[in-house]
Amino acid sequence: MKRDYNEKIMRVVFMVSALAAILAVGLICVFLFAGGVPAMFKIGIFKFLFGTDWSPGNTPPSFEILPMIVGSVYVTAGAMLFGVPVGIFTAVFLTYVCPKKLYKILKPAVDLLAGVPSVVYGFFGMVIIVPFVRNTFGGDGNSILTASLLLGMMILPTIIGITESALRAVPSELYEGAVALGADRERAVFGVMLPAAKSGVMAAIVLGIGRAIGETMAIKMVAGNQTLLRMPGEFLKGVRTLTANVVIEMGYAEGLHREALIATGVVLFVFILLINLLFSVINRKNAQ
Amino acid sequence: MKSKILLVITWLSAAVTFSLLIFLIGYILARGIPYLKPSLFALEYTTENVSLLPALITTVMTVALSLLIAVPVGVFSAIYLVEYAKRGSKIVKWVRATAETLSGIPSIIYGLFGWMFFVSFLGWGLSLLAGSCTLSIMILPLIMRTTEESLKSVPDIYREGSFGLGAGRLRTVFRIVLPAAAPGILAGVILAIGRIVGETAALIFTAGTVAQVPGLLGSGRTLAIHMYALSSEGLYTGQAYATAVVLLAVVIGINTLSAKAAKKIAKK
Repeated sequence: MKRDYNEKIMRVVFMVSALAAILAVGLICVFLFAGGVPAMFKIGIFKFLFGTDWSPGNTPPSFEILPMIVGSVYVTAGAMLFGVPVGIFTAVFLTYVCPKKLYKILKPAVDLLAGVPSVVYGFFGMVIIVPFVRNTFGGDGNSILTASLLLGMMILPTIIGITESALRAVPSELYEGAVALGADRERAVFGVMLPAAKSGVMAAIVLGIGRAIGETMAIKMVAGNQTLLRMPGEFLKGVRTLTANVVIEMGYAEGLHREALIATGVVLFVFILLINLLFSVINRKNAQ
Repeated sequence: MKSKILLVITWLSAAVTFSLLIFLIGYILARGIPYLKPSLFALEYTTENVSLLPALITTVMTVALSLLIAVPVGVFSAIYLVEYAKRGSKIVKWVRATAETLSGIPSIIYGLFGWMFFVSFLGWGLSLLAGSCTLSIMILPLIMRTTEESLKSVPDIYREGSFGLGAGRLRTVFRIVLPAAAPGILAGVILAIGRIVGETAALIFTAGTVAQVPGLLGSGRTLAIHMYALSSEGLYTGQAYATAVVLLAVVIGINTLSAKAAKKIAKK
């Protein structure tokens, strides 16, 4: 009967392990919200979210994060502008155009692009993209444009990977049908296959947005990090994102300042939860 | 005509993607390799030698400790989902949804949480333990997903055969299903190692940035943090390049290994 006993114990062990993910999300939510939300009320939710003055060193200090929210939106949008088209076309290349021998080299290359650590990207941005932007467009190089270019590069593997598998999931009869009706390869791909893979491409974009908005180190290294509200035309000036705000000041912050930084994290977290929700809605549609 | 343009754009995009990658790797190798001197691998870090060895050792320790926590939990959790839970049960739905949430959370949020929970609330301070625990939560969904997928890919005939020979569920899982699923699980573990090696934002407020080989409750910096520190100090650019070379070498090695493990599954 010893075996029955083991069987029962291990069943419980397995089940408790399965609950770890739920526990982790629960703990993260509790600690993050308990740490950040009170500060939001102390500062005033509207003031915190829509005020433009972040000066923790002033007396009295001011904690308003609109410049950082807008900053995150700018660099994410910029990254999409560059990363989405290049990523989708590269996925099309890998799926339909590229010779098989080349594919064997390029596919691992995409995985490698995904594996490069974000500090290495950040460093590359510092030594290559920053001087490039400075010399080509002027300004000091640490700018919204620089951050967008770097971030666009970093989300490429995400966009390419998911778009490629979405394209491969489209039944090949569609392609053959299009060709039989007289379409050439490009028309079959761009007129039939890509629209058929639309929701997969959408999922790729949403996941890319999630990656971009959560990226921290690489952005911090090239974005300039000024806490000023930028207008859309000022893409050669520096900006600070929500993520950078946390990582720059968390090391020395105390009291309300620290709580305000945690609250910055809460805002980021809520953004991410919304994006995740959107992603799972799209995926559910795909599954149907 | 339109087709031609689309084809040209397609080629151009692929060229941009892959030349960026080649440029990134080539540039860092070209600038970094000349700085790979023996002094860089001295046992102790000083401002003279800027040794990366303590960081390398810390990285290995962090990887080992994080895996020690996340692999059993992740694998057991997947076993529960695939082998034990009833299909469509509430728990399974919740576990899947939360795992998905975890995999979408950016590393800076993990860093914040780790700092609030492990460092402050549990009072571990900036330490190897706090950093590893934070990272183990971060890689948990990855281990769960890859294990789940490889368990599912084990044909049911294996299980039925084992039951038919009189083995219980537990024995079947450990003797038959897990060995068959091992290469897939391994591929996931290797990917997880890659994420730990490259991580910075989640570690900077949990494991800290001291350049030493830490004890369990001591602060130490991994290779990625080491490189971040060097490049933001701005004094040791050459050594930062060299550290990037070592990081890239590790990442390339990990990717090759993981691809090999994945190929092993495909062969079956």
